[in-house]
Amino acid sequence: MPWLSILIAVPVLGAVGVALLPKGSDKLAKQLALVVSLVVLGLTVAMAVQFSPNGNRFQFEEKYSWIPSFGVHYGVAVDGIALVLIALSAILVPIVILASWHDAEGRPDATGLAPKRSAKTYFALLLVLEAMMIGVFAATDIFLFYVFFEAMLIPMYFMIGSYGGVQRSYAAVKFLLYSLFGGLLMLVAVIALYVVAEKNTFMFPELIGAIQDPTTQKWLFAGFFIAFAIKAPLWPFHTWLPDAAAQAPAGAAVLLVGVLDKVGTYGMLRFCLELFPEASKFFTPLVIVLSVVGIIYGAIVAIGQTDMKRLIAYTSISHFGFIALGVFAMTQNAQSGATLYMVNHGFSTGALFLVAGFLIYRRGSAQIADYGGVQSVAPLLAGAFLIAGLSGLSLPGLAPFVSEFMVLIGTYERYAVPAIIGATGVILAAIYILWMYKRTMNGPTAEPVKGFTDLNGREKWVVAPLIALIVAFGFFPKPLLDVINPAVDKTLTNAQVTDKQPVSTVAEKKGAGQ
Amino acid sequence: MQSPAEIVQHSGGVIGVSWLMIALPLLGAAILLLGGRRTNKWGHFLGVAMSLGAFVVAVLSFVELTGLDPDQRRRAFELFEFIPGMVNMGMLIDPLSISFALLITGVGSLIHIYSIGYMSHDRDRRRFFAYLNLFVAAMLLLVLSDNYVGLFIGWEGVGLASYLLIGFWQHKPSAATAAQKAFIVNRVGDFGLLIGIFTIWTTFGSLAFADLTQQVTGQASEGTLTAIGLLLLLGACGKSAQLPLQSWLLDAMEGPTPVSALIHAATMVTAGVYLVVRSGAFFEQAPTAQLVVTIVGVATLLAGAIIGCAKDDIKKGLAGSTMSQIGYMMLGAGLGPAGYAFAIGHLITHGFFKANMFLGAGSVMHAMNDEVDMRRYGALFPVMKVTAVTFIIGYLAIIGFPMLSGYYTKEGIIETAMEHNAILGWLAVLGAGLTGFYMSRMIFMTFFGKKRWADDAHPHESPAVMTWPLVILSIGSIGLGAFLILGNRFMNFLSPAVGLPQELPETHVFGFGPAALATLALVAAGAALAWFRYGAAEVPAVAPRGSFLTTFARRDLYGDALNEALLMRPGQWLTRIAVFFDNRGVDGLVNGLAAGIGGTSGRLRRVQNGYVRSYALSILFGAAAVVGALLYVGNM
Repeated sequence: MPWLSILIAVPVLGAVGVALLPKGSDKLAKQLALVVSLVVLGLTVAMAVQFSPNGNRFQFEEKYSWIPSFGVHYGVAVDGIALVLIALSAILVPIVILASWHDAEGRPDATGLAPKRSAKTYFALLLVLEAMMIGVFAATDIFLFYVFFEAMLIPMYFMIGSYGGVQRSYAAVKFLLYSLFGGLLMLVAVIALYVVAEKNTFMFPELIGAIQDPTTQKWLFAGFFIAFAIKAPLWPFHTWLPDAAAQAPAGAAVLLVGVLDKVGTYGMLRFCLELFPEASKFFTPLVIVLSVVGIIYGAIVAIGQTDMKRLIAYTSISHFGFIALGVFAMTQNAQSGATLYMVNHGFSTGALFLVAGFLIYRRGSAQIADYGGVQSVAPLLAGAFLIAGLSGLSLPGLAPFVSEFMVLIGTYERYAVPAIIGATGVILAAIYILWMYKRTMNGPTAEPVKGFTDLNGREKWVVAPLIALIVAFGFFPKPLLDVINPAVDKTLTNAQVTDKQPVSTVAEKKGAGQ
Repeated sequence: MQSPAEIVQHSGGVIGVSWLMIALPLLGAAILLLGGRRTNKWGHFLGVAMSLGAFVVAVLSFVELTGLDPDQRRRAFELFEFIPGMVNMGMLIDPLSISFALLITGVGSLIHIYSIGYMSHDRDRRRFFAYLNLFVAAMLLLVLSDNYVGLFIGWEGVGLASYLLIGFWQHKPSAATAAQKAFIVNRVGDFGLLIGIFTIWTTFGSLAFADLTQQVTGQASEGTLTAIGLLLLLGACGKSAQLPLQSWLLDAMEGPTPVSALIHAATMVTAGVYLVVRSGAFFEQAPTAQLVVTIVGVATLLAGAIIGCAKDDIKKGLAGSTMSQIGYMMLGAGLGPAGYAFAIGHLITHGFFKANMFLGAGSVMHAMNDEVDMRRYGALFPVMKVTAVTFIIGYLAIIGFPMLSGYYTKEGIIETAMEHNAILGWLAVLGAGLTGFYMSRMIFMTFFGKKRWADDAHPHESPAVMTWPLVILSIGSIGLGAFLILGNRFMNFLSPAVGLPQELPETHVFGFGPAALATLALVAAGAALAWFRYGAAEVPAVAPRGSFLTTFARRDLYGDALNEALLMRPGQWLTRIAVFFDNRGVDGLVNGLAAGIGGTSGRLRRVQNGYVRSYALSILFGAAAVVGALLYVGNM
């Protein structure tokens, strides 16, 4: 069964169906979009249970010739890393659709204007985006990957530009300009890779080890890496993200930060490391410095934000620093941790953005100063915000802790000082999360907050699955790690790195015992 | 000298289901939090039942453990794989962990029961019990885990419970701020603990206590072991409010009083002592780290006592005292196997007498319309006799009145310290004298002297649900010390977990050693001084200005001022500069570039509708140009 093609096709067909609905059938459009996304989720689960973690690296392979003269294929397959990221996308989309139920309608905002927006189009765009997200992680042909990588921008551009906040145009254009710049660099690198490798193919598995010349590797690495660093975004390529995330509707922000940005870190792990192992080692010190700076810088700037969504965006910049650090630390623990981090961060930041979105919907403002004492009037809302926040500061017992712990301990195995500096992020995270929580939720109830209603039924259905996942994977990350670990192992083999061994004999003793 | 016994992997008997200790209160917390208002009616009973259930499991496990041969008394078993290839979650039941489990669930249950009465008027009583249950579960996870990761999860779990409970009355800005402060300061300590754990992992390749025996740790260099010790100590300083991370504990008194008794006196704040003792395999081979532990302990025991001398707020006085007493425990923990039994023994007796006094303070506050200022108390003995008598028993125990609990455990620490290093020992004696002063001051100001009550105060004895826990705790305050220490009963009991010193100390019902006598003399002097100043003399209802020293102590030795000057202000400036830089610098540069390339930003906005098209075109042109160039180069 061509699982991956079906996963890409179903949301596309769904989007067409939603778009073709007659005018005025917004409610039906939403329901249809929700059903389609749930079908995709069901199919993803059905596929995931058939994945055998210790089987072939790439499973559910499909390969058809697309542009024969250039050796371009429609090639899709997943390894454990791609699989968990596809699962993340498939889980987040229905949740986002449910959370965005009223987002597209355009409430009269502070300016008193209720923009006329088409809900139908919004949900069709969401489904198109889902197809692209699944495609980009599934692509094994680098040209196909590039096509998805770029095409993803279009639905997101419209979601920000047409459905966003007051400064949406500026944010959308900035988002596009940055991505355009990165995309062009990557295109150059993709084509150069094709030409230099002289294999007449873009298929990733066949290109591993194709480039041996160190200088060529460095140039190609740079092309891919900058594109991914903008996407992720890594410091100092990050400034488009706070604007885009703050102006995007909450649901779009979740997909932007939770999934789209992961394409950057995923790309580093998959393409930069495996295609250009020598260059990766050469650039590792630089990337580690950028990552650590990003962790601290993102966190400090987050502390100083006055807008909730911008604050969450900056925390993500800090978190992407952790992910990149894990990828380039080149140890099993760090890379498995980084991959797990991509998934957990999607849940955690997703929950944070969505609950913030509920708050903003009630108050009509994202300014922290416009809130206060919400906990007294809407305890469930406050509780959800707290749990989401605590997952953002990687509280042990919640999923992001496991990944942050693994990234840091794995980095420490090889690069102690960056790991120690990065670990100060745990202190800064406590400051930015708890201070935001205190200012919005605690203290005497502010006058405009007094009329707040607590979470309604739909909102509970949005929050509950995310919190359940965050708690469940916090205590039992094994199902994810069992899938991720073998894939990371292969990545490390292709990147030509071996793990460092501890000095003592405990590990050997245990190894002998098993 | 006897090393700790090996940890045996075994999952039979009651011990095999000892995870219920954690699961029951966790379930209680989950039901109360998810059940919402439906559980309001019976929520507090469920909370108590879950805590008592955990206590029963702890007692049964203890009984089973004592039935085993001493060298079989360290039992661990795996529950599930946590991070494959790194760490499995599992339980470790040994004399050390079970001692903690009994204290946590025993004192914890009494405090649960007391809270039924204390929180009866609070509309959020159910939530309160949910958090208390959550705390008990996390604390048990901390002490019962068989590895450092489980310990760390419990460690931050109790931090969360502490945060939630300090800020329980979150509508008060002071409570919300205190809660936040506690969490953040603790995170500084947690940072140290994390790096310590990383170092253990990279050095030894395991995080399980069973693997990290003295033989294994002995293979690492002393420098590494010292580093591990100091990093773990940083964690311990955060959780146990030791210098330099002490500042959060006094503010934590914003929480309801049962919380102060359970978390910020009897159990959570002693977790640092547990960590140091549990990590003996590192500390005992790193004398420098041990020395630092003892120095931190002595410095804090003096600092806490000095702060205690100047506080008029009864809870803050007790909080200073807690800092100080944990300083004693830390000092004991830094002395190796000779000190462990006294440190943990003092931890347990302190758990009783301090919880006793905190709950007593709560009973007084309950009677006095939540007044905490001791200058508005006085002459309360006749109106609340049970509270007063039990409080005074706790008081006698803490100052080390002969034969009472605190006498044996504290004296043990002082004597051991004296043998180890006379300076440390005499400073600990001095601390005992200060304890005699500030605790007597508290007693005289609260229960004796003249009435200085507010006009609307009508003090009365608290209900039975509150006084019975006081009575039970005061029994522990009387007899527990003698039971544990005489004949080295507790030292022998703990020995499979922590080892034994070369020579067992001699124990006496009444010690005639110079240190013991000096301690008693100083305590008596302190108490007498307190009597002259606060018992015999009139206590002004408004605090007099006091000398420089008094101000110094009242301001918590300028700990907050120091933090503010060194960390907070620079941090705020750094944040402001970073935000400014990010908006103007990085982003400004990018926007400037964009404007330079594409004209003004206004023009950008106007043409944005055509953007997708021009974007597609630019990709096309770009691609064509690149392909052309590459083909050209390729043909050369």
